[in-house]
Parts: sequence; structure tokens; C-alpha cells
Amino acid sequence: MTLAGIDIGSRYIKYALLENGEPPVLVRRETGYDPLPTCRALMEEMRADRILATGYGRHLLEEDKGISTITEIRAVAKGARHFFPSCGTVIDIGGQDTKVVQLAPGGTVTNFEMNDRCAAGTGRFLEMMAHALGYSIDTFGLHCEDGEQIAVNSLCAVFAESEVISLITKGIRREIIATALHRSIVTRVTSLAKRVGIRDDVVFAGGCAKNPCLTRLLAQRLNKPVLTHQMPDMLSAYGAALCAGDP
Amino acid sequence: MAEGYRDMWGSLGLNLEAHEGLLAVLSDAYQNIYLSQKNRPKRMQYFDFVISEVHGQRIVELLKAKIDGKHIIGTFCIYVPEELILALDGVAIGLCAGADVGAEEAEKYIPRNTCALIKGFMGFKLAGLCPYVESADLIVGETTCDGKKKAYEMFHQITGKVYVMELPNKKGDDGRALWRNEVKRLADKLSEVTGKQLTVDGLKKAATVVNEKRKALQRLSELRSHDPAPISGLDALLINQISFYDDPIRFTAKLNELCDELDERVKSGTGVAAKGTPRVLISGSPMAIPNWKLHYIVESSGGIVVGEEACVGERNFKDLLPEFSSIGDAVEKMADRSMTVNCACFTPNDERMTDIETMSSTLQAQGVIHYALQFCTPYLYEAYKAKGAVEAMGLPFLKIETDYSMEDMGQLKTRVEAFLEILKEGARA
Repeated sequence: MTLAGIDIGSRYIKYALLENGEPPVLVRRETGYDPLPTCRALMEEMRADRILATGYGRHLLEEDKGISTITEIRAVAKGARHFFPSCGTVIDIGGQDTKVVQLAPGGTVTNFEMNDRCAAGTGRFLEMMAHALGYSIDTFGLHCEDGEQIAVNSLCAVFAESEVISLITKGIRREIIATALHRSIVTRVTSLAKRVGIRDDVVFAGGCAKNPCLTRLLAQRLNKPVLTHQMPDMLSAYGAALCAGDP
Repeated sequence: MAEGYRDMWGSLGLNLEAHEGLLAVLSDAYQNIYLSQKNRPKRMQYFDFVISEVHGQRIVELLKAKIDGKHIIGTFCIYVPEELILALDGVAIGLCAGADVGAEEAEKYIPRNTCALIKGFMGFKLAGLCPYVESADLIVGETTCDGKKKAYEMFHQITGKVYVMELPNKKGDDGRALWRNEVKRLADKLSEVTGKQLTVDGLKKAATVVNEKRKALQRLSELRSHDPAPISGLDALLINQISFYDDPIRFTAKLNELCDELDERVKSGTGVAAKGTPRVLISGSPMAIPNWKLHYIVESSGGIVVGEEACVGERNFKDLLPEFSSIGDAVEKMADRSMTVNCACFTPNDERMTDIETMSSTLQAQGVIHYALQFCTPYLYEAYKAKGAVEAMGLPFLKIETDYSMEDMGQLKTRVEAFLEILKEGARA
């Protein structure tokens, strides 16, 4: 039986197709302003016997095709647990939200927290800041340099941008500002994680987990290793596919 | 309904154009949220009618009552004893506002970081949208929280009708003595406004009316403990909201008729949702009309709300007024009864945690959602204790902080759905 999970995020649509004995097929496409045709195309190209939708846009597919949905919280927990059986906490920083999920020893979700309403401390924030400093989001985390400790205090994407500009005009090097921006996200997500309570091994998921500076600072702040999958943004789609196979 | 009432609204000084816009929005929301529900009890029809006439027929009734020499007394809080108002031939109307209306006007008087409920009642008045405030002869406020207490100063400046009661912060003997005196002073104030005198007989009649209403609401609450639930949380919330402005005798009769139908449903095992649907208790800030946001999210995500540990909810009716022998005795008992309303404005307030525990178990809730309006500091603080109390019972807990706007619907839906997933997993295990 082939199983699929489709994760319709704010920035990307991720599709995972699992077939017995075959290596999984993992595909990512931009969400854009009209995600439905993209979803339909993915499902057409890689047909599955059972499919579950998750992510911010999950109800779109439920309305369009009557596909069942699960939340990205359950999906990411399932995916993280599959690759890291010792995982008790998932920290997921995606395009427009940040969440921390706590798992019971058996793998079920026991507690979670999400950022409320604004994009502070999310992938979108990081993307805007990379742009303000003239970096691409893909390599942003490679340009960070430790050195003099400066702080970016504002987590609001708009205010942070003006803070960044004022730091630039003070003559501070962009590599240093980049580190401060990463640190501000880590501070925010750590306080969210502490509210939920950190349990066992921590898995860092979502597109932002590709960023080496965030991963390093997060491990430092939590004072424990942070596990990441090589394709951390695919964990929710993968988890949804696994859930599709559950009785 | 608009055409027939235009003159009446005009004479009350409402902003007719804005008012019609508001009614249109409300009617759409009601259609989408309420009338689209499945398996509703037939006798919800009365409540559908009453809500559709919230600014129509009911206002006609109030204006007629005024011609007959009655007085309209607006209140904001269930600490104000309704019996006292009825005993002096008054009509009691709850004025709390549950819609995001007139915020720009309101923000001329009050800080932007004010809770949606306060902003709402200021906004409704300032934008010329509330026929109840316009009809009222007296508006009774109370010092529950800092926001309300200060907002009433401005509200009095604007309306000239506000009388504020001083509610204590602690539930000890001193607090009780203060509140008894406050209720006595309110009785004097009401006598002055209505020109009538309290009598034991009048008080007894009023006490019967209000107690019968409370008993009917208790009956509804008890019926919600069954699985499958015979009525949706949305409908039960609506009934609780309507209890604050409808004629109490008619309301009680209609609610009892509905409860008869629900009794039948329970006997035959009929519900609004399948047996085993995840059951949620909501606890926290009051939800005034037309604030149906959280119930709607829960029930459109595959859960059912089985109770509200809130002032628009259980706190309003859980205790009856006991028998009394004299006017003085009645006043004291009314004051003491309201002191058992466990609002977060009191410190300490551990009784509220007991209420959450009791309701969770009697209503067979599988999880508790703590609901606080943004900037509603007392409830935001108590969320911490509530979490501890709920988790100690082994139940999942979710904390929601929101307002009346729709901008966070997507995020709230994700959180509520994930919470319901946890409840389902728990039920399976």
C-alpha cells in the first residue's frame, strides 16, 4: 500500500510518498497564491492509496477533495518520533509559526505551545532579516560570526528591520548583526519551550532547522544536543503519511 | 426586521446607517454559525427568534414597560442582584458587549490595550449602536477589574447614568460587610430612581422569578452532562447569553420546554454529535453576545463544549437565593449569594479551581480550555493555577488568549484541533 502526506505550509507545500520497501519520495514546491492546483498536481503525479493533509492549508484539500486532515502538531510529532525514537520534545520553526510539542514516552502528544498571531521569531522573520542584510535565506546561517555581543531586542519583523538599519548605520558589521538576529529567535523559542517543559531528546524540525547557526545557538541555550533530520522541513509531511497508514 | 423599527431606533438616537450594517453582519454570522448546525433541538426556535429581535421586539417591550412606569436598569456583572431590580419593578438588562464595534471611538477615551469587552461596551455606545444603553434609566457598574472601574468614569461622563458599586477584593468578613452595605446602598439608589419602596412580598416574588430562571439554567447544565450531548455548546451559550436580556418569566417557561425536549433526547440517546465526541469544558472570561468564537471553533473542529465555568454560564445560576424573612435579611442573603461567584477579580480565589474540578467531573469533560480575553489580567493570571488544577486531575489543558477579531482564527483552529487530537488519543488509550 502506498501512503502519502501533504503538508500545505505558508511558504512551501511538502509531499511525502511512502511505498513498501521503496525509498520515500519527498518533494517540495512553493505554496504561492493559488496552492490548490499545486496540491492536485502532486497528488496526480504521485498517487497514493491513502493520504492525509496537514499544515496551515489543510482544510483547503478537505473542502476540495474530502481528504482527511490532522494538525501539523500531531504530524510533526509522528515524523520526528519515526526518525528519532528517543525524541520527547519537538521544536518546529516554520514559515509563519513556531511550535513546541511535548511527547509522552509512547509517542502521543501531551502538550504543545504555539506563537500567537504574529510572525515574530518565525521563518518569515528570518527571511526578512536576511533580505535586509543582503543575504539569501539558504545561506544566512553560514554568515554568522561571534564577536562583540550586540542584541536585537525587537521581535516584530517591522520594528526589527528598523533596528537592523540603525545598527548598520552605527557601522556594525552585518555578520555580527546576523548572529544577534539568530539569537533573538532562539531566545523566543526557548521561552516557549520552557513553558511546555523540555522532555528527553529534542528534535529541531521545520525549514529553519536547516540553518546551522540557529541549531548551534539552540543547543547552547537548551544546554543539550539538538537532533535534526537532513530534510527537517519534510518531517510533518512524512508524519502525515505515517498517520495515513494508522488503523 | 429593519423597516418596522427605524423610527424607534431614530428616536433612541442610534446611528441608523451603522446600525443597519451591524444587524446585517450579525444576521450573516448567525446564519453561518447557528442555523447551519445539524440536529438542533426544535425548541431552539424560540431562542432563534429572540436573538433575531434583540434590537427589535425586545426594545419595543422595554419602551412599553417604561410607559407602564417600569424602569430599565442596565448591569454589567452578575454581582449586581437581579432580585433587587425586579422587586422595585425594574427590568434588568445585562449590557456586556461581545463584538468588535466602535473601537476607534472608544480609544479616544480608553487605552488601546484594553480588553475587548470594555472596548465593546464603550464602542457600542459611542458609535450609536446600543438601544439598551439608550433605553436604560440607570446603569450599574462595579469595581471588578481596573479596566472596568476606570472605564465607568468615562462612561458616566458620556451617559450620565452610571452608578458604581464597590466590590471587595477579598472574600473575608470585612469584604462581606462591605458588600452587604453596598447592596443596601444600591437598594436605596434603585428606590430613588424608581420611586418605589422595597417590600418583603415584592422581594419574595422577585426571588421566585429569578430562582426559577436559575433552576431552568441548572437543568440545562445538567442535561449537557449526557453523552451524546443533547444540545450543542453553541446553543447552550446562546441561551445563557439571552438569559441576560429576555423577559425572565417567559424565558424560564421556554427554557423548561426546551429542556423537556432535551429530556426526551437523552432518553432516546439522541444527540447533536455522535457519542464519544471529545468533550470540552471552557473556563474563564465571560462571553457576551455575539461572542461565539471559541465555541464555534471547538464545535466546527469535531469537539463539543459541555459547560462554561464563567459568568455567562455556570457562575450565574449555580447558587439559588435562600429563603428570607425580612427586607434586611433578604439584602444580606442577596449580598452573600453573589459572594459565592468565584470571579478572578478576588484574591485568593481557590474556590474557582474547585468549581473547575467539580464541573469537569459532573459534565464528564475530557479536557479544559482556559479562555481569557486579551488584557483581561485577572483571568490571564489565573490560567496558571487552572492549568495546575486541571493537570492534577489528569486532564489535558489548553490556554487561549484572544479577542473578538477574526485575525487569529487560523492559529486558534490549529491549536484547538491539536487539543482535540490529544483528547481522542486519550480516549483511545
